[in-house]
Amino acid sequence: MNAMADSYVTEDGRTIGGVLMDLREITLRFGGVEAIKNISFDIREGEIRAIIGPNGAGKSSMLNVISGFYKPQEGEVYFRGALRPAMKPYQVARQGIARTFQNIALFEGMTVLDNIMTGRLNYMKAGIIKQAIWKGAAEREEIENRAHVERVIDFLDIQAIRKTPVGRLPYGLKKRVELARALAADPKLLLLDEPMAGMNVEEKEDMSRFILDVNDEFGTTIALIEHDMGVVMDLSDRVVVMDYGRKIGDGTPDEVRGNQEVIDAYLGVAHD
Amino acid sequence: MSTDFLYLVEVLINGLMAGVMYSLVALGFVLIFKASGIFNYAQGVMALFAALTLAGIMEGQVPFAHIINAILGTNIHHFGWHVPAVLAILMTIVVMVGFAWGVQRLVFRHLVGQEPIILFMATIGLAYFLEGIGDLMWGSDIKTLALGLPQGGSRWLEDMTVGWGGDDFYGFYIDKLDMVATIVAILLVASLIAFSQYTKHGRAMRAVADDHQAALSVGISLNFIWILVWSLAGFVALVAGIMWGAKSGVQFSLSMIALKALPVLMLGGFTSIPGAIVGGLIIGMGEKLFEYTVGSLVGGATENWFAYVLALLFLVFRPQGLFGERIIERV
Repeated sequence: MNAMADSYVTEDGRTIGGVLMDLREITLRFGGVEAIKNISFDIREGEIRAIIGPNGAGKSSMLNVISGFYKPQEGEVYFRGALRPAMKPYQVARQGIARTFQNIALFEGMTVLDNIMTGRLNYMKAGIIKQAIWKGAAEREEIENRAHVERVIDFLDIQAIRKTPVGRLPYGLKKRVELARALAADPKLLLLDEPMAGMNVEEKEDMSRFILDVNDEFGTTIALIEHDMGVVMDLSDRVVVMDYGRKIGDGTPDEVRGNQEVIDAYLGVAHD
Repeated sequence: MSTDFLYLVEVLINGLMAGVMYSLVALGFVLIFKASGIFNYAQGVMALFAALTLAGIMEGQVPFAHIINAILGTNIHHFGWHVPAVLAILMTIVVMVGFAWGVQRLVFRHLVGQEPIILFMATIGLAYFLEGIGDLMWGSDIKTLALGLPQGGSRWLEDMTVGWGGDDFYGFYIDKLDMVATIVAILLVASLIAFSQYTKHGRAMRAVADDHQAALSVGISLNFIWILVWSLAGFVALVAGIMWGAKSGVQFSLSMIALKALPVLMLGGFTSIPGAIVGGLIIGMGEKLFEYTVGSLVGGATENWFAYVLALLFLVFRPQGLFGERIIERV
C-alpha cells in the first residue's frame, strides 16, 4: 500500500497520510453475545480518529481488538499495510501501538518517573546478564531513554510530581501520567480509552489541548473513544459511530452530526 | 557487665543468625507471590531439590541411576569424577532456571486467571512432584555439602569477648557458618533490590507485580517475567539450600523448613522483601529468647511452636503483617 497515496492537508495545516490501520469486517463474540458486528473502518496516518457511541455500543471492545486484548472471531486487521497475525497484547505493544485504559491502569506503587520509564522498556535492548551487571550499553541506554522520558514529562507539564508514587495522585493527574507512559513509547498509533471520563470541565480542556498538541507536534496518529459528543467533534478529523455493536456512521464530524441514524441513537429512539 | 546479660546478648545474636535462614526461605515466597499472586508451597522443596542437585553434581552422581540400572540391568551410580564447587553451583543454577521454565510452560501457563486456591493446590502438587523427582534423580540418602564453608564456633570471637564477663563467662559462641550465611544473605538481598530498582528487567518485574494489564500494554511479556521470577526464586532456594544443607546435611526433612517460613511471612507480610528479612530475624530472635527465658518454666522445646503462636497473634491484630499492603475494600 502506498502510504502517500491519497494524503491531504487539513484546514489547520496538518498532513494526513495513507492508511495506517485497516480493520476489515471485524466480528467479536462473547459466548452468544455479539459485541462487535461486522465492522470495517480505517485509521490514517497523522489523524485523530474518534470512536463514539452510547454506553454498551462496543467502543471499548473495538479498542481492545486493536490493542490485541480481545481476539475477534472474524475479520482481519491490517497494520502498516500488512495483515496482522494473531498476537498477544504485549506483541501488539511492541509493534508500536500504545494505549491508555478507561479505568486507569498505572503501576500504583511506582513513582511517576518509573511508570513513564516502563513505556521505554522496548527500546532497551541490553540483555539480562548485561542488565544485571549494569555496565556500558545498559547504562548508556538508561540515560538515553531517561532523557526521552524527561521531554515527555516537560511536554505534559508534570515535572513537579516526577518522584511521587502514583497511588497518591488525584484522578486527573493519573490520567495525564497514563498518557505520558503511552507517549513515552513513541507510538505509531496511540489508543485512548475515554481520556476525558470522570473529569471536570477544566481538566477536560487540559486533556483536549494535550491530545491536540501531541498530534500536532509529534505527528502521532491517535484513535480515541469518548461518549461525550461535544468534545470529540471538536478534536477529531474523522469519527466512527457505533451503536449496539454495529457501525451506524463514519465520516467527518459534520457528516456524522447530520446523520439521522446517529441522531436517533443518541436521542434514544426505539430500535426495531 | 553481668554474665547473665552477656548470655542474653549471645542468645539474641544466635537468634538473629538463625533468623537469617528463615528469611532466606521467606524471600523466595515473597518474590513469586508479589509477581504472580501464587503462594508457592514448593519453595522449601525447591531449596531441598537445589541442594540435592548441587551435592549430586559435585559428587559426580549419575542422575536417575536407579531407574537406569533397573531398566538396563547395569550397575552405575557415579561418573567417577568430582566437579569443583563453583562449576557445580553454576550447573545447579542452570537446572533451576530450566525448572522455572518448565513450571511456567507446563503448569502455570495453563492456569492463568484461575482462582488463587487452584494455583496454591498446583504448587502443593509441584512440591510432591519435586520431592519425588529429587529422590529418583539423586537417591534418598543424606548427603553432605563439601563446599569448604567454615564450621564450628569462632575461636577468635570467643577470645575477643572472654574478658567482658566474670570468671564463669567463656566469651560469645557464634557459629562461623551462621556468620557466612548472614553475609551471603545481606549480599543476596542487596543485589536483588539493586536488580529490581535499577535494571530494565527489574522495572518490568515491579510493573508486573503491580498491574498485569498495564504491563501488557507497555509490551511486557508476563510469561517471560514469571519465568524470570521463578528462576530468581530458584536461585534464592539454592542459596537457602546450601546454607541449611551445610549446617545439617542435605536430607529430605529440609523441605520442612518451608513451614517455618510461614510465620515469618505472617509477620513480614507476603508482599514485602524487607518484611521477609525483618520477619525472619524477629522469629529467629524471638524463639531463642523465649526458649532462654520462659522455656525452662514450661518444660522446653518452645522453639517448635513459638513462631506459630506469634504469627497467630499477628493475624489477629495486624493481618497484613508489618510491611504488607493494607487491604482496604471500599463499599
